Amino acid sequence: MPQHPPCLTLRHVRYAVGSARSPQGLKEILRGVDLTARSGEVTVLLGPNGAGKTTTLSCAQGLLHPSQGSVALLGQDPFRAGAELRARVGVMLQDGGMPQSVQPRALLKHVASLHQDPWPVDDLVSRLDMGDFMRTSIRRLSGGQKQRVALAASLLGRPEVVFLDEPTAGLDPQSRQTVFGLIDELREMGMGIILTTHLLEEAQKLADSVFILKDGEVVRHGSVAELTGAAAAGAASADGAARRMVFTASRTLTRAEIGSAPVSIELDGGADNAPGATWMTPRLSGPGQLRELAAWWELIDMMPVEVRMEARTLEDVFWEVSVS
Amino acid sequence: MTALHAPLAPAPRPAVRRILSHGIYETRNVLRNGEQLLVSLILPLLVLFGAHRLELITSAATPSIDVITPGVLALAVMASAFTGQGIATGFERQYGVLAYLATTPLGATGLILGKAIAVLAVVAVQVLVIGTAGLVLGWNPDPVGLLWLGVVVVLGATAFTALGLLLAGTVRAEATLALTNVIWVLLGAAGGSVFPLDHDGAGALLLLLPSAALGEGLRTAALEGSFPVLEALILAGWAALAVLAARRWFNWR
Repeated sequence: MPQHPPCLTLRHVRYAVGSARSPQGLKEILRGVDLTARSGEVTVLLGPNGAGKTTTLSCAQGLLHPSQGSVALLGQDPFRAGAELRARVGVMLQDGGMPQSVQPRALLKHVASLHQDPWPVDDLVSRLDMGDFMRTSIRRLSGGQKQRVALAASLLGRPEVVFLDEPTAGLDPQSRQTVFGLIDELREMGMGIILTTHLLEEAQKLADSVFILKDGEVVRHGSVAELTGAAAAGAASADGAARRMVFTASRTLTRAEIGSAPVSIELDGGADNAPGATWMTPRLSGPGQLRELAAWWELIDMMPVEVRMEARTLEDVFWEVSVS
Repeated sequence: MTALHAPLAPAPRPAVRRILSHGIYETRNVLRNGEQLLVSLILPLLVLFGAHRLELITSAATPSIDVITPGVLALAVMASAFTGQGIATGFERQYGVLAYLATTPLGATGLILGKAIAVLAVVAVQVLVIGTAGLVLGWNPDPVGLLWLGVVVVLGATAFTALGLLLAGTVRAEATLALTNVIWVLLGAAGGSVFPLDHDGAGALLLLLPSAALGEGLRTAALEGSFPVLEALILAGWAALAVLAARRWFNWR
């Protein structure tokens, strides 16, 4: 399948605050971020708090100028670009960026008035189910309602690229599904969608490509299948993820027994090595390894209490990256 | 559920339309804000009536309405351009509104020009309301001087808007709220805006304050019908300094 054209490229982007001469010194927030997002795809940025996700987005949106490196948004430098480029890009900031005393309808109409041919405000109001609170001041809205207003504002200009920083934070499950349905629809239209989220399960369903940031660097990137190992291990299941195996030990395992296991095993979720502890293989390459594990249980004379197969998820990858 | 079928066709509106649209949006927000109206119109009107009737509570010589009205106009301009815009912009910065609007086709320049239109629109309302109240109380300005008064009002609004934005872009919103109010009261009471300063000794130094330049400039225009060159230069100097400082230190987030 031909790849979609890139809509955003970051090359070796560094961003630092402070000064080498100040007592606090220079603090590097981004330490050489490389990232490519494509039109017609959903690109998800993941990372623990403070990893640099929002700073990366701010550099990509032209709100911050990188200390080093380059950013190309639809082929232009967003920091120096004019209204023509800004009209092609929608932005939803993490903190909303909305005036508190204004009613949503007034704000949306104003944002629409900045564009030549915006989506009708009422269409987005209806699509995001916002009709009930259009005449309430933004100050009085719930967190989820504010999120929907900010999302609508980012989409009004019918942009080619949209940045969504935590678009589902504070939303109830039903609203979350509405937003994810809308994102799917926008992708089909050819919009490039770059978003951050802490909802890994949803990210796994939506993302065409994932970039995991840690300490200001991209530490893993690829499609969900590539990151979870499904693509490489040849153990892809119907849901596109590799398998891992989880078993509950009937007794404590000795260090020698753990060392003799045919595949790497580790305690699941930081449990203690005790009777009833849950162990897991982070990744199985195929059915042959199941036979090897069964032979190993026989060798060490330990019958597991429970054995189950689980799909390796983005959350597993994220957890590995976070603790490494 | 409404499906969004329209193809992606993003384009900005022409710059003039965007800036005008933002100016109208900002003006509406100011005129609908009760607190801003209180500071921009009600308090200056109270000062106008109070100063006009000062002889009821003091035996000291009180300035005439011809002196007080231009002074109250100066106070009102400072209220809308400095205090009002400073506070509004400070909170917009805190809530990320400035950063968001900077990413729209409006951009940073359009945002500032839109704010300038809003300030001038509100100042026009102030001049109309306070000027009418002054005329009712017996203000008799020089007809030619009214033209110069208009020029000085615009210069003063520019200088104080730039100072308000500088404060809003460099300190926290709560600090901007406190500082702009305190400075407005101090400049109004003793900064040469409402009441003329002594032109000798320490008073002469205070004439370099933007509040004194605005007050003196408006009084010179309305009373003498001449253009206050020195005061206009002082106001232009403050505006230039504040704009340069804002370019250097203004933080959008």
